[in-house]
Amino acid sequence: MALSLATRRRLMLVAPLGLAAIGGFGFLRLLDRMQTGRYDPHAVPNFLVGHPVPSFTTTPALPGRGFSSADLRNLPQPVLVNFFASWCVPCQAEHPLLMQLQSQSVAIWGIAYEDSEAAMAGLLAAHGDPYVRLGADKTGAAAIAWGISGVPESFLVDRGGVIRWHIGGPLSAETIAGTLDPLLRTYA
Amino acid sequence: MVPELGNFALALACCLALTQAVLSLLGAEGRDARLMSASPGLAFGQLIAVGTAFLALVWSNVVSDFSVRNVAENSQSQAPLFYRITGTWGNHDGSILLWCLVLALCGAAIAAFGGNLPSALRARVIGVLGAVAAGFLLFALTASNAFTRIWPPPMQGQGMNALLQDPALAIHPPILYLGYVGFAVPFAFAVAALIEGRVDAAWGRWVRPWALASWCFLTCGIALGSWWAYYDLGWGGFWFWDPVENSSLLPWLTGTALLHSAIVVEKREALKTWTILLAIATFALSLCGTFLTRSGILNSVHAFANDPTRGLFILALLGLVVVPSLLLFALRAPVLSPSGIFAILSREGGLVLNNILLCSIAAVVLTGTLYPPFANLIGGVQLSVGAPFFDSTVLPLAAPLILAMPLGPMLSWKRATLGPALLRLWWAALAACVVGVIAALGWHGLAALGFAGSAWLILGAAADLGGRIRLFRVPLAESLSRLAGLPTAALGAAIAHAGLGVTIAGIAGMTLASQSVTFLRPGQGLDFAGDHWTLQSLTNKSGPDYVARTATLVVSRDGRTIAVLHPSERAFPVQQTDVTDTAIRTDFLVDLYTALGSVHDGGAEVRLRYDPLAPWIWLGALVMAAGGGLSLADRRLRVGAPWRRESKRGSRAAQVSA
Amino acid sequence: MRRLAIFLLFLAVTLPALAAAPALTQAQEARAERIGSQLRCVVCQNESVEESNASLAADIRRIIREQVAAGRTNHEIMQWMTARYGDFIRLDPPFNQLTLLLWSIPVLAPAAGLATALLAARRRRSEPSALTEAERVRLAELLK
Repeated sequence: MALSLATRRRLMLVAPLGLAAIGGFGFLRLLDRMQTGRYDPHAVPNFLVGHPVPSFTTTPALPGRGFSSADLRNLPQPVLVNFFASWCVPCQAEHPLLMQLQSQSVAIWGIAYEDSEAAMAGLLAAHGDPYVRLGADKTGAAAIAWGISGVPESFLVDRGGVIRWHIGGPLSAETIAGTLDPLLRTYA
Repeated sequence: MVPELGNFALALACCLALTQAVLSLLGAEGRDARLMSASPGLAFGQLIAVGTAFLALVWSNVVSDFSVRNVAENSQSQAPLFYRITGTWGNHDGSILLWCLVLALCGAAIAAFGGNLPSALRARVIGVLGAVAAGFLLFALTASNAFTRIWPPPMQGQGMNALLQDPALAIHPPILYLGYVGFAVPFAFAVAALIEGRVDAAWGRWVRPWALASWCFLTCGIALGSWWAYYDLGWGGFWFWDPVENSSLLPWLTGTALLHSAIVVEKREALKTWTILLAIATFALSLCGTFLTRSGILNSVHAFANDPTRGLFILALLGLVVVPSLLLFALRAPVLSPSGIFAILSREGGLVLNNILLCSIAAVVLTGTLYPPFANLIGGVQLSVGAPFFDSTVLPLAAPLILAMPLGPMLSWKRATLGPALLRLWWAALAACVVGVIAALGWHGLAALGFAGSAWLILGAAADLGGRIRLFRVPLAESLSRLAGLPTAALGAAIAHAGLGVTIAGIAGMTLASQSVTFLRPGQGLDFAGDHWTLQSLTNKSGPDYVARTATLVVSRDGRTIAVLHPSERAFPVQQTDVTDTAIRTDFLVDLYTALGSVHDGGAEVRLRYDPLAPWIWLGALVMAAGGGLSLADRRLRVGAPWRRESKRGSRAAQVSA
Repeated sequence: MRRLAIFLLFLAVTLPALAAAPALTQAQEARAERIGSQLRCVVCQNESVEESNASLAADIRRIIREQVAAGRTNHEIMQWMTARYGDFIRLDPPFNQLTLLLWSIPVLAPAAGLATALLAARRRRSEPSALTEAERVRLAELLK
């Protein structure tokens, strides 16, 4: 570019202003996205959606009901895999919604994350047992295999064993009505 | 009653700041002596008003007035008095008020000590400071009012963040803010100079003390934060390249460049554009840091509670400060008179290299910090840019800087040859190589480089001083009298450069640290780092608002006890958090560091660390700040405060009429 | 009774973390530590997995050691982690089109600075324009 010395100098002097303006505009967009919920710097993404269920095992939480990745293939209906723990407060908040889903014949398989048998049994006895199958993940290996960063988290697995949906937090009535129910119908 | 007084004082301060801005700038434009002479008075008035508001908030905290929402949310009556006072600035609203207080202090300081500045320049500087202050006071009044009341008041506050109940963290914000906000003064000088269209040697001399003072405080503030992280977080880390830490480092980097650039403006009337841009950039980065920390855009452990509306207001402030000043820069920089000529190899050239390297490091840190949110905005992906990235990119840029640092002061102005400079430093270079080789034989290569670099800096600074007092070339008595008569700025610069060397030695030492995490029962012990560490006992104790579990660890060597340490874990029932208190024994060469982990099964998990040279990291920062402080004491930089010697004559001559 | 329950919960959460980790050689342990320091703790979010006190971090540390003992390469272990958590878990950003600017800044920034400085130096060195006739006369007057 054959720019004169003077023009080049003028460009260099305007450059900081240009950079600042771009940065400021970017910040504005980010703030806007934060307010609408499209941007959360602390969110941990999960990349298993669209992929088959990862290889994992769980120990039977209560006699005869444990499961592993082999069981999540060729299912008669889509399964909601729910990671929870008795010591986790949002899990207790989500529990009534799981009971509701169970009454609507949704198959829920639970994985108790780093929990003790006694505490789990107590929770299910007190508040009801929505789980068709129940596994215990004492070491956290299954949780990491699924890319979990906390509890509760839930995954929707279709009949072929492919993960179709993930939520990194407790279920809510809105999420169930707006997202989960349509997906259950799609993959029924 | 008192909170209402505080709120009123805040509103008054806002009006005064606005008036200060308008009248001063108009007065300077129209050369109206009456308006210009009003500006110092307005600045003092603003300080009194903001001071009153601040004291009102402190008072509300001290008496635990829970009808004030800010106090109810962030304090509790059982907290010790010291922490009730310092907790005033431990939350968003209080810290914004602290920010306003420091801004007002800056304006008043110019009013008090700017006696030898030409009246137009002084008026413009006070005016710009008033404008910035008005923006922040408006923010403090509207979006972040610390004096909002709640009724009925709760019986007890929600409690102070347990982490804040720590002496270092309690005084960390004021010192940090004196640094951050202090850079508003060079910013105001830069904007004033652009409006006037003149940057000359006198301007350089007037700006430097303000930049230096702010730099000293910022250095201390960052070092304090790093030291706190080391002794409080419990695993021995002192710098994590966390986004909030980075936003405090950025103004420090450009501020250091500004300091050095201003020297060239003063001595040679060169690098004017650079210096003006650096002055604007440093304050802009301070504001940017405030924005990033308080808006929640960044993923950080430090961030205050997220509030996008607050973020919008601060972004607006940031925009209103940065855009007009950069626009002014783009339009008016060509008006500044052409700079002095110098060869590429000269002290000016060396300082240009210094500027380039420091600003490059700042650019890398800025890009790395902002990349995750912008990558998310543009590409929709969630990235992280963490410590490994910064370590691998900043080091290659810092290395040439360290190499050039001792050489710079030895080069002559305008045109220099490398020969004489290298001749004066050959022994320092040799010693550094020897240190490096010895270190490489015993330890990891990176540590060896660090030790060599540190030796180079410290000995280089010594060589600089030695050359100035003609050590070994004239009788010792004459050398000593030369030392006494040396301008304190030269002494300060050498000490500050040596201080950086001390810090680098500390960081290099820390790369050689070792640690062990084990589970011990009372009576059990283990051998670690050449000593025997025994867990003697575990006890419980109660404090004013916490319950503590304390371990007693005895460190012995060859049967002789060298240290008894008491790491503990404090549980705060009101806030439902636990705070680890490490116990460190230091002899200023090695830190023996212990932290208590989970207690169960009749024993405890303990973390033991052997940290060689760790204290030097923060001692080095203290030395740097001391060097800076010493430079401030230089009689040539006195800006109006009385001094016993002859400077008054000199400063009067420099007063150019408006 | 409540204390017992809390104790049980403590045990439930901490004991698995202390569960038998595979025995590793010195070199293997060093490799595992290096991998761990490159991974972000997704719970604490600004610490590496090696440094964090979170139980999830302890679990990930154990899984890394299991995989190192099983002979997987560093690349394979990183792949395994990013397949589940994405690039977010890597503290060192990947090198691809999107991060090109990020990785090239350490070179671009000083280059831009040097270019600016050289440009400024050239401007300083440019000859002043020749004097006009009127200016030459004035100069002669002043020099008398």
